[in-house]
Amino acid sequence: MAAAVSPGRRALGVVVHRATILFFLAFAVFPFYWMVVTSFKQNADLYVGATNTAHNPFIFNRAPTLDHLRLLFGQTLYLTWLSNTLLVGGIVVVITLLLTVPAGYSLARLTGRWGERLSIGIFLTYLVPSTLLFIPFSRLVSLMGLQNSLWSLVVIYPTFTVPFCTWLLMGFFKGLPKEIEESAMVDGCSRAGAVWRIVLPLAVPGLLTVVIFALTLVIQEFVYSLTFISSVQRMTVSVGVPVALVRGDVYYWGSLMAACLITSVPIAIVYNIFLDRFIAGFTVGAIK
Amino acid sequence: MTSTAAVPVAPVLHAGDTIRRSDRRLGVVMLAPAVTYIALLVALPFLLALFLSLTNSSAGSLEFSFVGLSNFRAVIASPVFQRALRNTFVFTFVSQLAVIVLGNVLARALMRPFFGKTLARFLILMPWAAPISLATLGWLWIFDSTFSVINWVLKVAGWLGPGQWYYWLGDTTLGMVAIVTIHVWRMLPFSTVILLAGLTSIPNEVREASAIDGAGTLARIFQIEIPMMRPILTVAVLFGVVFTFTDMSVVYLLTRGGPYNSTHVLASLAFQDGVLGGDVGRGASVAIFLVPVLVVLAIVMLRSSRRAEVV
Repeated sequence: MAAAVSPGRRALGVVVHRATILFFLAFAVFPFYWMVVTSFKQNADLYVGATNTAHNPFIFNRAPTLDHLRLLFGQTLYLTWLSNTLLVGGIVVVITLLLTVPAGYSLARLTGRWGERLSIGIFLTYLVPSTLLFIPFSRLVSLMGLQNSLWSLVVIYPTFTVPFCTWLLMGFFKGLPKEIEESAMVDGCSRAGAVWRIVLPLAVPGLLTVVIFALTLVIQEFVYSLTFISSVQRMTVSVGVPVALVRGDVYYWGSLMAACLITSVPIAIVYNIFLDRFIAGFTVGAIK
Repeated sequence: MTSTAAVPVAPVLHAGDTIRRSDRRLGVVMLAPAVTYIALLVALPFLLALFLSLTNSSAGSLEFSFVGLSNFRAVIASPVFQRALRNTFVFTFVSQLAVIVLGNVLARALMRPFFGKTLARFLILMPWAAPISLATLGWLWIFDSTFSVINWVLKVAGWLGPGQWYYWLGDTTLGMVAIVTIHVWRMLPFSTVILLAGLTSIPNEVREASAIDGAGTLARIFQIEIPMMRPILTVAVLFGVVFTFTDMSVVYLLTRGGPYNSTHVLASLAFQDGVLGGDVGRGASVAIFLVPVLVVLAIVMLRSSRRAEVV
């Protein structure tokens, strides 16, 4: 095989490479671009109908407007849904940390073979989907008297944060050198004291990953929220926007798209920052 | 990378590495809350789902009686269910096939350095990060019956002649195309970043050695890199399948299973029967059909993780 590639072929390679990247970028970004355009278009520019080929829908044919944003923030419950979501998210994050930090540490350090088996078992429960559990949960929720209450979500949401976060933290604790606790214990600290004073401060990046991961999962969750919350004031953002922002058959597309965009972009940013850790969580065992 | 293989477990020669008895006890205490929670709120409801599928339980009352397998019999005989079962497999298979092929192409493209790579990675990741219900809403607007921008482009391009029109969500085939498109769009970033992690983990020496041995690009990709990436490909495919196979949000928000229940999947049908229709027993028995596939996936996952440990 020719080791030296001719300049012409190399140029062609670059063109193909850039074209590939652009193609995928366009596919990934287009819905978001469309949300931006829709959020700021005047209705007269928005609702023209795709049969009119003379009217280019990709650009602003009239001056951009903030009307849809005003409607979203002034006359809808969007901010209520957002604060409901963050309230639930905050409590779920605390519960998740309380359950998974000890469990992750225990699996990393204090249990032998059986701990390893158990950790795989815990991870497998992450595969049990909400679409299977919402039916039994609907019974349990009414037994507990939590129908139409945000508390039902607080109780249920850790079912998907705990397995994955336990696994994530277990991997994280395994990555810390054992010697740090051991030297503290030689100095007269108890195991629990060593964990509290030495290990946890070192584990802050891992804990932060858990916080972000749990919070984004809560914001993204749709099925349970749709099933258990019926009053509009108590909805979370992922359900309120698609279910309650549509009034009758009238869609307020400008405000709807603004809501989608404003909710999605911050999550995308934090996800991007923590990406490598999430991948590490998914691929434990498959990469070395 | 941390890996399950790297864990030194109890039987090591010097005593310092074995787990002390007091530590063992502490380990159990620290694990107990999480394990109890999972037992009560994942394992128990899972069993309750199996149990409910054998009853005539309904949303209005807490009374029920056993009906044996009659829910399953009724469900299997129903054409809507058969359609949903088929759709679930078709959507999962087609979208994940596309995702894995496109994901390999995209991951390779992202391996090479280029201007604006960080931004490109961020933008490509966005579909995975956005809440699925809101992303689907964005697509609902793109596929709108009157204002669809796709139709506008097709009109301008001359594909759609005068009087011709695509009702994306009012037509079974087009509706299915729309649903698969969203699944591909959403899962592609996920697979890509996982495959990218696999690609970057292949040492450069391997590539150099293969070049010295005279392997061409295609031979290198198919005979060296893809086999080396098998464990990570498995992870990408398995999670992709799990997320697509069990999803109801896309179908529920995009087509509500319509037109005429022709685009339902198991999960959305279970929701329609069990929650909206109030027939809990029937809904549970529809959802139970997700279980065999999940069990198979779990076994594959366990096997591949064991293989990864052996290597």
